Amino acid sequence: MKNLLSASELSRDDIVRILDTANEMSGVNDREIKKLPTLRGKTVVNLFFEDSTRTRISFEVAAKRLSADVINFAAKGSSVSKGESLKDTAQTLEAMGADAVVIRHYASGAAHTLAHSGWINGAIVNAGDGTHEHPTQALLDAYTLRESVHGHAALGKGLDGLRVAIVGDIAHSRVARSNLTMLQALGAEVHLIAPATLLPGALASRASSFSYSLDESIACHHFDAIMMLRVQSERMSASFFPSEREYSKIWGLNAERLSRLGENTRVMHPGPMNRGLEIDATSADSKNSLVLRQVANGVSVRMAVLYELMAGGAQ
Amino acid sequence: MSSRTVLSASDIDRAVTRIAHEILESNHGVANLVILGIPTRGTFLAKRIVDVIARTEDIDPAEVLGQLDITMYRDDLSNNPTRAVGQTNIPSGGLDSKVVVLVDDVLFSGRTIRAALDALNDYGRPSAVRLAVLIDRGHRELPIRADFVGKNLPTSSVERIRVHLAESDEQNQVVIEG
Repeated sequence: MKNLLSASELSRDDIVRILDTANEMSGVNDREIKKLPTLRGKTVVNLFFEDSTRTRISFEVAAKRLSADVINFAAKGSSVSKGESLKDTAQTLEAMGADAVVIRHYASGAAHTLAHSGWINGAIVNAGDGTHEHPTQALLDAYTLRESVHGHAALGKGLDGLRVAIVGDIAHSRVARSNLTMLQALGAEVHLIAPATLLPGALASRASSFSYSLDESIACHHFDAIMMLRVQSERMSASFFPSEREYSKIWGLNAERLSRLGENTRVMHPGPMNRGLEIDATSADSKNSLVLRQVANGVSVRMAVLYELMAGGAQ
Repeated sequence: MSSRTVLSASDIDRAVTRIAHEILESNHGVANLVILGIPTRGTFLAKRIVDVIARTEDIDPAEVLGQLDITMYRDDLSNNPTRAVGQTNIPSGGLDSKVVVLVDDVLFSGRTIRAALDALNDYGRPSAVRLAVLIDRGHRELPIRADFVGKNLPTSSVERIRVHLAESDEQNQVVIEG
């Protein structure tokens, strides 16, 4: 595997192997010396054209735990503000000898362009491109879910038979797109729930079911996990729902809905959370919440991805 | 290509039993002993050694037996396609001030053991590290030697040694090919 651009390019075996490697990587975080020599002498560039806390820090920690050198590049404060193109930026990084480029970009397809342009020889990792894909988030969600369901016996397993609901701003969510593909590849059922204005037909048709009502779905199905998506106001150019209050009342996760979901339903959120909008504080901080596990597992999963893409030589 | 069996199933059993006893003898018992197998076949041999020790000594195998994957410490990672990472289990007592015996099937260039020593460094500070191998075939590329050897097998570097253990290969034997 040379690049990781989308969830759809991974087979079930690829995903399980990466999750198993991530499991070994997580052991490193418990050791006194939290470092492996594996990527010594290699350089990882974090190329971020969009704001990010979790993803960037987690890639940075992952690369450092594997002994790679890390260069953080944020578009703000760089020559990009002076109008430098993605091509010129990429060629500059190539000249400096980047072995891998982790790219987050507001344009869908930016990672693909970088990977297939010939501007860069290193591995390309898509860390979120517009409203398209965010494969490492889907990997860490799958890892977190697998760990929560199977515990210590998780190695080699998928998510067969699990029923997962993805709720909220699906139209603008790269997390939803990657998760739909990856969870299904691992054998889980995925149900999509959103306001009609935020549920594209192309995605709805791939799901096990879709619904415009969270309450109806909760009544019809028992979900093993419910994944709340962030309402991405920054990507909304039109009015997709009348008011935030109405959204939170109809599609938000609150204590009352949480109690109807059942004791074993895990609550997930890719972050950052809009508390009080798509999720209330009671649900976000409940014992069912895996939100902090998701963040912690992000480092192990990204170590596994960097290992997979960078450790080997010529195929 | 010719092939001949150099160790039979019972030869392997006797070698493992002898190594187990030699380990106990040199360590004066089981105090502070940790036995770590290097995947894949080193793990099986380590388990067999601990089983032999458990016949005569009062031990909890979970506190003595572990396994150490060295994939991420290899010096030839970038010369090969990406390798699958194996599992590492360190006994709950840790490695600090323990006598660690590394177990592998074949000692050849010594590079696996070099990687294992690097890995150990990151897990703790053993009071001593020993090496037990089923076969020592020579051709060392590093100043490394085994403390406990099942059989010394002088080979030419083009020959191949195949260790078959029932746990992974259905039968117990060591074959030399080439």
